[in-house]
Amino acid sequence: MQSLIRRTLMSRMLLVWSLVLAATFVYTRPAMAEYGDVVINNYSDAAGMRPVVFAHWFHRVRFTCKVCHADLGFKFKAGGNQINMLKIIDGKYCGACHNGSIAWSVSNCNLCHSGKPGTPTQVHESTLQELATPAKATVTK
Amino acid sequence: MNYLPKLMQFALLSVLLNAPAAIAAQPAKESAGKAAPVVSAASASQAQPAAAIPQAIPFNRLMRVAPRRHLPPPEDGLRDPASAETAFLQPPLEVFPALPQTQSGLGNGVNWVAALNDGKITPRWDRLDPTAEAMVMDMSIVRVPKSTMPDVVFPHKQHTQWLDCSNCHPDIFVPQQGANQISMAAIILGQKCGVCHGKVAFPVSECRRCHSQPKVEAQPKQVDAKGGAKP
Ligand code: HEC
Ligand code: HEC
Ligand code: HEC
Repeated sequence: MQSLIRRTLMSRMLLVWSLVLAATFVYTRPAMAEYGDVVINNYSDAAGMRPVVFAHWFHRVRFTCKVCHADLGFKFKAGGNQINMLKIIDGKYCGACHNGSIAWSVSNCNLCHSGKPGTPTQVHESTLQELATPAKATVTK
Repeated sequence: MNYLPKLMQFALLSVLLNAPAAIAAQPAKESAGKAAPVVSAASASQAQPAAAIPQAIPFNRLMRVAPRRHLPPPEDGLRDPASAETAFLQPPLEVFPALPQTQSGLGNGVNWVAALNDGKITPRWDRLDPTAEAMVMDMSIVRVPKSTMPDVVFPHKQHTQWLDCSNCHPDIFVPQQGANQISMAAIILGQKCGVCHGKVAFPVSECRRCHSQPKVEAQPKQVDAKGGAKP
């Protein structure tokens, strides 16, 4: 009995390990965008638009975190706000500023929809991402 | 069935600890695929006789060579250079050199706290009112980790310059001393401090910015052992 449990445990462990190793080796990510760049792609790809890339560095020189994450209600979760164009046009989320009065208006589609097609929702260069795909940063010289 | 989540956690942490080994896979692949044709073209310009050095002996095998950083949007690998508007986006290096840098260069490489305090940037506290000012609370909290790591100082001041109390309390941290279990494992997995640090705020690899206060206990013990007077 004991050894049976041990054996199943071992094989589970092997499975988990091979999955983890496969993930680290197969999924290489050559992107070297800025720390804190967020890709939002819940709907864009499916709707035939490029994924949205949001740059934290660009916005945080203009606004404190509080403006977006407290006043405008952006949750701390990439892709976790179910943003869509209707909400934006109605002045919510990005639309609270990208309305032609605080910042350029919604009609500049591709300034927001700038990601390479197929890029999944992510926080670029996040610690977790570095763990899952450590091979990314290896550019020689 | 209970042990599965534990196993997953273990596997994740093991990957973290074994990261250098995994990193090695990439240069190996690259040199196998690309180096051969490159050598013939580039060796003439390089001083060393590249053909004589077996490829299996690179000087740094496991160390990660610093990647090119802060690339302009069309080259950053995330944005689509095929879209004309990508070229309109601002390259980070138009801005960063004017801001105070961190020594480590990790994250954005920018010391955002210093940038704010030096007045190099004036991020709005209110979306519409450029004169609105933050409600800053100056209270530091010291946490004593159960290890040799120096104590952690959490300064409310620098956090309240950027954030509202409701960003952290009560969802991420219960506003009560001693009520919050914090571990490095949790932080690396994106909980507690790791909700922001490691994603937008400076990453956890800058250990010393948080572990900034020498352990108080360590000092008197050393003095005692040497038989010296207590300070
Ligand atoms: C202009 C608005 C804006 C500002 C200012 C801003 N953020 Fe964000 N933040 C966002 C958006 C948008 C997202 C992505 C949300 C989504 O995908 O639904 C995000 C996501 C995040 C996340 C979630 C990452 C994850 O785990 O998925 C964190 C953490 C974060 N921001 C921290 C900060 C911090 C810290 C600051 C201040 C230095 C800040 N943000 C300033 C808009 C902003
Ligand atoms: C201020 C930034 C911004 C601009 C400008 C913008 N979008 Fe979006 N758009 C977003 C975000 C954020 C999402 C949510 C992305 C996701 O989850 O995939 C989105 C989602 C979408 C979607 C899929 C969801 C839906 O609502 O159907 C479509 C289609 C879309 N945008 C089209 C457009 C078009 C067309 C334009 C130009 C007229 C445009 N967008 C301009 C930010 C923007
Ligand atoms: C709090 C206000 C605010 C919010 C919310 C906001 N932005 Fe912006 N954004 C700005 C301002 C201000 C600019 C600068 C406009 C200018 O250059 O005239 C800007 C510029 C940009 C740029 C261009 C950056 C460059 O390189 O010039 C992009 C792309 C962008 N925002 C995307 C987004 C997306 C996507 C969202 C929503 C997820 C969003 N923004 C939400 C205020 C905001």
